[in-house]
Amino acid sequence: MDAIVLQILNGLDKGAAYALIALGLTLVFGTLGVVNFAHGALFMLGAFCAVTMQYLLTLSTRVKDESITFFEAYKEVPYLEGWFGDWGRMIIDYSVPISILLTIPVMLIFGVVMERGLIRYFYKRSHAEQILVTFGLAIVLQEIIKAVFGANPVPIQAPSAVAGSASIGEWFGLGPAISYPWWRLVYLTFSVVVLAGVFAFLQLTTFGMTVRAGMRDRETVGLLGIDIEKRFIIVFALAAIVAGMAGTMYAPILAPNYHLGMDFLVISFVVVVVGGMGSLGGAVLAGFLLGILQSFASMTEVKDIFPGIDQIIIYLVAVVILLVRPRGLMGRSGIMET
Amino acid sequence: MSIIDKKSLTRRTLLKGSAAGATLLATPYFFTKGAYAAEYCNMPGGDTVTLGFNVPQTGPYADEGADELRAFQLAVKHLNGEGDGGMLNTFKPSNLKGNGILGKKVAYVTGDTQTKSDAARASAKRMIEKDGALMISGGSSSGVAVAVQSLCQETGVIFMAGLTHSNDTTGKDKRRYGFRHFFNAYMSGQALGPILAQEYGKDRKAYHLTADYTWGWTQEESIKNATENLGWETVAAVRTPLGAGDFSQYLTPVLNSGADVLILNHYGADMVNSLRQAVQFGMREKQVNGKDFQIVVPLYSELMAMGAGEAVKGILGTANWNWQLDNDGTRAFAKSFGEEYGQPPSQAAQTCYAQTLLYANACETAGEFTPPAVIKAMEGFEFDGLGNGQTLYRDADHQCFKPVLVVKGKENPENQFDILEVVEVVPTEKVMYDPSIFGGELGPYEVQGC
Repeated sequence: MDAIVLQILNGLDKGAAYALIALGLTLVFGTLGVVNFAHGALFMLGAFCAVTMQYLLTLSTRVKDESITFFEAYKEVPYLEGWFGDWGRMIIDYSVPISILLTIPVMLIFGVVMERGLIRYFYKRSHAEQILVTFGLAIVLQEIIKAVFGANPVPIQAPSAVAGSASIGEWFGLGPAISYPWWRLVYLTFSVVVLAGVFAFLQLTTFGMTVRAGMRDRETVGLLGIDIEKRFIIVFALAAIVAGMAGTMYAPILAPNYHLGMDFLVISFVVVVVGGMGSLGGAVLAGFLLGILQSFASMTEVKDIFPGIDQIIIYLVAVVILLVRPRGLMGRSGIMET
Repeated sequence: MSIIDKKSLTRRTLLKGSAAGATLLATPYFFTKGAYAAEYCNMPGGDTVTLGFNVPQTGPYADEGADELRAFQLAVKHLNGEGDGGMLNTFKPSNLKGNGILGKKVAYVTGDTQTKSDAARASAKRMIEKDGALMISGGSSSGVAVAVQSLCQETGVIFMAGLTHSNDTTGKDKRRYGFRHFFNAYMSGQALGPILAQEYGKDRKAYHLTADYTWGWTQEESIKNATENLGWETVAAVRTPLGAGDFSQYLTPVLNSGADVLILNHYGADMVNSLRQAVQFGMREKQVNGKDFQIVVPLYSELMAMGAGEAVKGILGTANWNWQLDNDGTRAFAKSFGEEYGQPPSQAAQTCYAQTLLYANACETAGEFTPPAVIKAMEGFEFDGLGNGQTLYRDADHQCFKPVLVVKGKENPENQFDILEVVEVVPTEKVMYDPSIFGGELGPYEVQGC
């Protein structure tokens, strides 16, 4: 029982990351008709916003270690700590939430530049060409990050107030054995809020209504005198911001490295396909579903019966769903079909 | 009238005769030196000798590879008599003169293993066939080392393994042409076991998470055997895919398993993630079976420890070498490397530097480059002054035997490179073993060549 509750939590957590990336992928695909293989790289860039913020906040005076004579060895004292004492330490401690302030403008600018500078030239070209160019872009971004930050993962600390684990079991009277890291709970809550925010934005605002109309029938919306392209640029930037924020908040869970984007990209595409191309709800549902299935497949009891199932479960489910429901869980007809 | 009939002495017969004469004169050498020069791969003809350094320049171990390459370049410099000489000055017994190898200047080519066996093999093949590399060294994964080593055996080129820790490299997959200076998983288990029992007691329940490839399997087996001999119980050993990233689904079962020690047979990025996530799951504050829960990392590396940040403090593991050791070789190497690159060498760098010097010295000892002679010069070679103290290159399996370090993540580092502290230097006899326990055959000295 305890194990099951914990694996559901793990699954929700993983699923939240998949859902946030897949949501952006589906948004871009549904509005602009572009298959964006650079979307995983946007997640990775978000994580490196957290790395950059941590670096900026911990800029340090270097006190040389005199015992070492043949290279520069020093102990670092961050300026913030030197200037503001405990306040400075607290700001450094909260570097991950603070980095969201950096992530949003960075991803907004990056999203707009990417769309205007590259993606828009590929609207009318085949999906194969879109995949090639965005995949190329992902590799370029990855190599730039590697050149700047190195190939090793960079550890990011969650704020110390939420660095440990919460005894969830006691809250719900399930016994003390169930405890779960605070930061993962924060991440889950954050994801749900962001997902709800994006849905509310699309469902409840006029802007959102226009975008949804444009997704359904671009031509008619155009004939009504609405410049749908301008709105789609904003949607692209929004997808970039969502992916970036997901990456930033995920940094304390998974030490960011330059390869992070590729690791998530493949799974996110499976999520989109299982959820149904172009379906936002489907992407979110499939994200959580696959996350949970992946967690259960890694349980020792399951692996004893089906060895190696943890590594293929996602693809196995994708195959089964595509056989039973060729358009995915919530896919509509007419998308990527001619 | 001359003795020779002029008519019969045409130019053709003269040529034939001298050719036959030359063959006859050369015959005795056919079975010794001259023949090897023709048959063995890339025997140096001019005044340079080319070594091939095959390291991960891209992929997850790229930083480790970069450090190995730095060490190789430094070793080449010192062999050619440039710089301050580093461990050339402390290495004994040594026939190295600082004028290259056997008077030929050392040059090198580099390749990228990408930490993939197939890419590593292709790049080693390119260095042997196209660049004329006489020796191949490097690597930062046991999978790569085993693959390249067997290629080197086929082509008759000596392979001086870099960082590889699987028992298989000098165990079931050992080769006559392959040599390893780095220690292995078995030695880690033998060195670490008693310290674990001393620190955490003899009544412990261990849970292993293991990287699912040759190195992970042999490390799991070695640590399991060592700890079980001390009275520990192994609750479970779970294999995790390489590069899993998020290990939460493998970590949560640990909490309910009744285990009170978690042993992470992970390396590189996997290690950084699994260790930090285990800490986030509150494992270091937990109490199980009335004891403090403990995490152990059997193979440590400095680069990895830097990546794990706060999480490594107080965690026990083993290492092949550390730049803060107190001996002449280490001091000379750390100084030389530090002045050259502005940072201390990692254990990967030290093993690669040592391997290059050991190969060069074996050529000098043999007085020739022919691989069988060089191999024989290295087999059973005993030396000191390369940072590890008295060391033996065992002839039976080409494994180096030297003291093993048990290390711990330092609680209060003095500077940014001061990450590990040496808890104990475990003497060689404690980590010695009978080569037959891992099986495998070295194979022949004489091979077909390239």
